Amino acid sequence: MAMQFYASPEQIMRDRAEYARKGIGRGRSVVVLSYVGGVLFVAENPSIALHKVSEIYDRIGFAAVGRYNEFENLRAAGVRMADLRGYSYDRRDVTGRALANAYAQTLGALFSEQGKPFEVEICVAEVGPAPQRDELYRLTYDGSVQDEPGFMAMGGQAEAIAGGLRAQHRSDLSLGEALKLAVTALASVGGDGGAPRTIPATQLEVAILDRQRTGRTFRRISGAALAGLLDGGATADAAPAAVEADTAVEAGTAATPEPAATSPGKPEPETSAGSGPEQTAASPTADEATTADEASTADEATTSADEPAAGSGATNGGPAATDGPAVDGR
Amino acid sequence: MAAVHDSFGRLPAVFTTPGTSSFTEFLSLAAPELLPGRRPLPPGTAAQVAPHATTIVAISCAGGVVMAGDRRATMGNLIASRDIEKVHPADAYSLVGIAGTAGVGIEMIRLYQVELEHYEKIEGAMLSLDGKANRLATMIRNNLGAALQGLAVIPLFAGFDLDAQDPAVAGRIFSFDVAGGVYEEKGYDAIGSGSLFARSALKKRHRPGMSVDDTVRLAVEALYDAADDDTATGGPDLTRRIYPVVMTATAEGTSRVAEEQCAAITESVVAGRMDNPGG
Repeated sequence: MAMQFYASPEQIMRDRAEYARKGIGRGRSVVVLSYVGGVLFVAENPSIALHKVSEIYDRIGFAAVGRYNEFENLRAAGVRMADLRGYSYDRRDVTGRALANAYAQTLGALFSEQGKPFEVEICVAEVGPAPQRDELYRLTYDGSVQDEPGFMAMGGQAEAIAGGLRAQHRSDLSLGEALKLAVTALASVGGDGGAPRTIPATQLEVAILDRQRTGRTFRRISGAALAGLLDGGATADAAPAAVEADTAVEAGTAATPEPAATSPGKPEPETSAGSGPEQTAASPTADEATTADEASTADEATTSADEPAAGSGATNGGPAATDGPAVDGR
Repeated sequence: MAAVHDSFGRLPAVFTTPGTSSFTEFLSLAAPELLPGRRPLPPGTAAQVAPHATTIVAISCAGGVVMAGDRRATMGNLIASRDIEKVHPADAYSLVGIAGTAGVGIEMIRLYQVELEHYEKIEGAMLSLDGKANRLATMIRNNLGAALQGLAVIPLFAGFDLDAQDPAVAGRIFSFDVAGGVYEEKGYDAIGSGSLFARSALKKRHRPGMSVDDTVRLAVEALYDAADDDTATGGPDLTRRIYPVVMTATAEGTSRVAEEQCAAITESVVAGRMDNPGG
């Protein structure tokens, strides 16, 4: 039979969307939610140097899933844009909305013009004076942007995780409660036989935009402060103190562990991914096991209209394992 | 190129090109008109066109460093400003003060603050204290042309060195010359028109390892001495309640000495001078 050289634009866009969604769906998830004291980012991330959650500006944070080199590129662009605006106007004139717009335009142009779309999903979060005025923007690979209501999940099985958040999220959660909710939601997927996993503190990347602070509000929570919050030993009163203590230490030693963060495309260590019951979608075997599930959840998660059920059926299964090694930084 | 940051279109390639962690370098590509030191000046001297900022002192102390500046800016024999602030935090652990052409200096500080923050955000790690000082020296060097036409600005840089072996002596001070030379100072330094008198006062009174509180008072005393002998340096203005800006950089970060505390110290210094005007 003669080969078919014509591909309809619909088919091309569908294939690109499919490709991007599969890349994103393989990754570990990130949860962003607003709580009474600010905006909380929780990412499942075994690397302490390659961040999925970062600071963009005074009141704006960034979280991403997908290919590390691609979202790192967007992150740096966002920092540049924010700093340029803040320098030429005023610090107050840097807004999450403008940044989300720029990202949407950029991702949309990349999706329709380039051969390969960015396999990323991004959250731009801006902390407001009250939880109701926090802004969470979800940006997907095709440039669509959504304003999320107080919480969002991205990455593999995002819809299942978001379901858990939707049931229990309130804007008056304390930091400890919000963190536990986020971790519970992240752990609710990917376990053996649908059972919840246990995610150790070392596998979590946690940061906040602190509503009470002036100037730069972004703070990472790690080490003892994170363990204390997860254990629940820290009361609501003690929690902010723990964060303060940690950030002083963190800022004081910020120079030591992190310089590797800039090597683009360097794969994250995935050694821990394939071991034990907390098997996730990161390894090729898990991929094959969960591909069908992921594809369907990804379909539900997106609002872009170009995804027919037939398209996903054709590509489920086999190919996922083959492009596994090419995909890094999940 | 102003459209670069006004438009809502796709981010131009200059934003997404990897490579530089420096905001200044990025600015030179994206919006060079925003960079100081690149503006052609008409020939001749321009020294009298803009206000001049005057005296800044920096003193190292136990566990950090203190920097203080008077509040006066002058234009010739006129007082251009009574309450200008010339000492600013450069980032979470360092301080910068300026003397010379106020407008150029304040623009330079703003750019420098963004430069340090930008590097920290892009790289995920802070510059070393020496790296920060060298970066500031580069900015001074770029201003040499304007400096030779009378728009000179000289900064004083001090900070808490996070890499120091002994936190007790982690406060470090760097001075600069107009050509971009950078020199580490031991113990204390001052810049600006009253610096001669401030430095002389500090020479007699500074002791290594003084407490932060004692050093704050010493800084206010040194500024008093500078104002005593230099007309361009403003003394404490008790009638308008305008006191020197005093900032500290320690292991806890930078902080500004609170207005009330500054007022109390300044009033006590002035009261002391009632008995002994020479201090």
